[in-house]
Amino acid sequence: MEHVIEMLNIRKEFGNFVANDNITLQLKKGEIHALLGENGAGKSTLMNVLFGLYQPEGGEIRVRGQVVKITDPNVANNLGIGMVHQHFMLVEDFTVTENIILGSEPTKAGMISVKSAAKKVLELSELYGLDVDPHARIEDISVGMQQRVEILKTLYRGAEILIFDEPTASLTPQEITELIQIMRRLIEEGKSIILITHKLKEIMDVSDRVTVIRKGQGIGTVITAETNPNDLASLMVGRQVEFKTVKGPANPTVEVLDIKDLVVTDFRGIEKVKGLNLNVRKGEIVGIAGIDGNGQSELIEAITGLRKVKSGLVKLNGQDITGNRPRKITEAGIGHIPQDRHKHGLVLDFPIGHNIALQTYYTSPNSKNGFMNYATISKKANEIIAKYDVRTQGDHEPARALSGGNQQKAIIGREIDRNPDLLIAALPTRGLDVGAIEFIHQRLIEQRDNGKAVLLISFELDEVMNVSDRIAVIYDGQIVDILDPLQTNEQELGLLMAGQSKTAIKMKKGDSKHV
Amino acid sequence: MSNRIINLLVPVVSVILGLLVGAVVMLVSGYDPIEGYAALWDGIFGDAYTIGETIRQITPYILAGLAVAFAFRTGLFNIGVEGQLIVGWFAAAYVGIAVDLPKIIHLPLAILAAAAAGALWGFIPGLLKARFKVHEVIVTIMMNYVALHTVNALIRTVSDGGDNTGKIHPSASLRSDFLENMTDFSRLHYGIIIALAMVLVMWLILEKTTKGFELKSVGLNHHASEYAGMNVNKNIILAMSISGAFAGLGGAMEALGTFEFISVKGGFTGIGFDGIAVALLGANTPLGVIFGAVLFGSLKYGATNMPNAAQIPEEIVSIIIAIIIFFVASGYVIRLFIERLSKKKEAK
Repeated sequence: MEHVIEMLNIRKEFGNFVANDNITLQLKKGEIHALLGENGAGKSTLMNVLFGLYQPEGGEIRVRGQVVKITDPNVANNLGIGMVHQHFMLVEDFTVTENIILGSEPTKAGMISVKSAAKKVLELSELYGLDVDPHARIEDISVGMQQRVEILKTLYRGAEILIFDEPTASLTPQEITELIQIMRRLIEEGKSIILITHKLKEIMDVSDRVTVIRKGQGIGTVITAETNPNDLASLMVGRQVEFKTVKGPANPTVEVLDIKDLVVTDFRGIEKVKGLNLNVRKGEIVGIAGIDGNGQSELIEAITGLRKVKSGLVKLNGQDITGNRPRKITEAGIGHIPQDRHKHGLVLDFPIGHNIALQTYYTSPNSKNGFMNYATISKKANEIIAKYDVRTQGDHEPARALSGGNQQKAIIGREIDRNPDLLIAALPTRGLDVGAIEFIHQRLIEQRDNGKAVLLISFELDEVMNVSDRIAVIYDGQIVDILDPLQTNEQELGLLMAGQSKTAIKMKKGDSKHV
Repeated sequence: MSNRIINLLVPVVSVILGLLVGAVVMLVSGYDPIEGYAALWDGIFGDAYTIGETIRQITPYILAGLAVAFAFRTGLFNIGVEGQLIVGWFAAAYVGIAVDLPKIIHLPLAILAAAAAGALWGFIPGLLKARFKVHEVIVTIMMNYVALHTVNALIRTVSDGGDNTGKIHPSASLRSDFLENMTDFSRLHYGIIIALAMVLVMWLILEKTTKGFELKSVGLNHHASEYAGMNVNKNIILAMSISGAFAGLGGAMEALGTFEFISVKGGFTGIGFDGIAVALLGANTPLGVIFGAVLFGSLKYGATNMPNAAQIPEEIVSIIIAIIIFFVASGYVIRLFIERLSKKKEAK
């Protein structure tokens, strides 16, 4: 079968740093070709080379057999290469059609003719089963639909080869299923796809072949049907990866966190946490399982002092901390790995070293008599960078320049290093690759084994079931049940998370037995 | 080409380009650019007197620039430097006139009064932003008008309906016989030392103190700062107050140094607004502010010589000065241009 794109022995350097070293990727017509690698392995660099954003130092690119020089994204567009970016590039106030034609507006006598464009958008949408309303405004449509608008944008510009950059990062499971159907439909219509991802499940589900890169080096290309997630993970990380987190039994002792009848409202004053009760003991990991939006964010923010408590009680080590300022709560012994690392976790324009000192900058020896001691901060930061395997050029590099996984490792290092009695980890592995996930899970279990309490909030059932010692299911602002992970299954959890009562589930089980 | 050379080359090329375009403007409007620029040069560096006056002009620009830059570094837009400078000017002049004390107490007291008045004028927008989320740009702009007309009314009150407070006591003056003799009796005063000391103070606060760490953090990401236990509202108020204090000191330079009085003003002094450009030219760093203030102050003062010595109308002079500053401010474009050029050379 012919190759529509061949990237042969590509080399890309940034100063002394080699981001891509001798990587070869060959895309056949009509295939879905996955590009697999850890965060920071060089996937995005390689794709930016293909898309004309970077110029390679070595190697050549062939499109349909012709050697080409892709000097900028316009050249890529003209060659029929389209990119669906991870972070959507859409104007919120514009309609779908206006966004799609942005940059190549069809004009009639100097006026933009949106009508004809809208018609074309609708045709394309129907052809590929995208189900997009050309007149809807971006701010009114779901994330999944926004992504389909990005896909339409490339199709409208005549793309034959589509690059999807981490397309499932911000999608719900339902939307992921739809996206996979859309990708299949695109292939049926003769398009070819490069899928950048580090999620093995998606690769197994949808791709035909996989090219693996590790630390900037091309490891090789394998046929998906002839491999399995375990092998892929080892290829990607360079060693054997444990999917099932290994841990001994928990030895919970005294209660650390005790929440009684907690009520918290959101910014509109609507109750999101409705009389919630929960406790976490030393030496155990309690996982909160639930669908996004059932009060998890409000619960964490209330415990950590970032949000006002309407009523109820939060006790830490028997001491009432309800409604205290964040600093007082932090000092009382809580560590918090926040849900949104860019909003709460990091000051992105600060050096990573300053960020590692974000909770301790004002304490001795980091600060004395009102003056900072940046030397000790730097020293401590470098210790944490080494201990938590944060890959960075040094503690002076801005946090913004680090990959997501390394940013997260820095936050986790910062929080665990203070050795808090209670560690709250909110979506600690969101968007990370298997290697980093494994690392973070081990750190959480280590905390538990050191006799600390851990409260884990996650939307991923696998994570909750693997890591927790007890699972608290949250639904509509209340803990509806507490389960033993060894005695439950995804189905039971899923039903509880969806608001089914336990008795209803039991009846169902009974029914199926009778039948 | 190394980064360091480019960093040096950019401002030089910018100034040269600005001068060239300014020359074209003079040519087109029928004036001799060589004569014009000679007059500008003489106006800045001509003799000891003009050098003294140029430095005097630079002094308040440094402080106004620091005020804007400090707010900017802490995530705030202080457009109210003009108003803070005016209240500082009045406060210093009032203390200079109303009391008579030994110099060692009187002068610092007058300077502190200016800083305090400026800080108060910054505190109010800071408080409103922290408490009620009112945008500081709107409040500071309005505070400028409040300052202008309140100060005018106060001047009339203290001078019994006059339009001038009268001269401050010598014990509150920044003037110095030594500096005046050295510069052929210009109005150069000790304020430049205060201004340069403040440059150091701003650097110390931002880069060395724990408060500075907080202020910068709040400016860059107030969510993360709150998460880290900082009091975001307090820091906003403090940042605006410190910024206002710098501006107030700028006013003290005029009250205790240049003029030694304050008179009723028909309009804004412009120093506060120019401070925005000074800060941006200096990339909001303390050292950069000195560079911006030197450029602004020299051109502003030197240009006053162009109508006299080269018969170029003031309007044309203003256009030329604006063009030069415009080119310096477009340093980014020039940097891009130089980088392209050197890349092409390397490719060859």
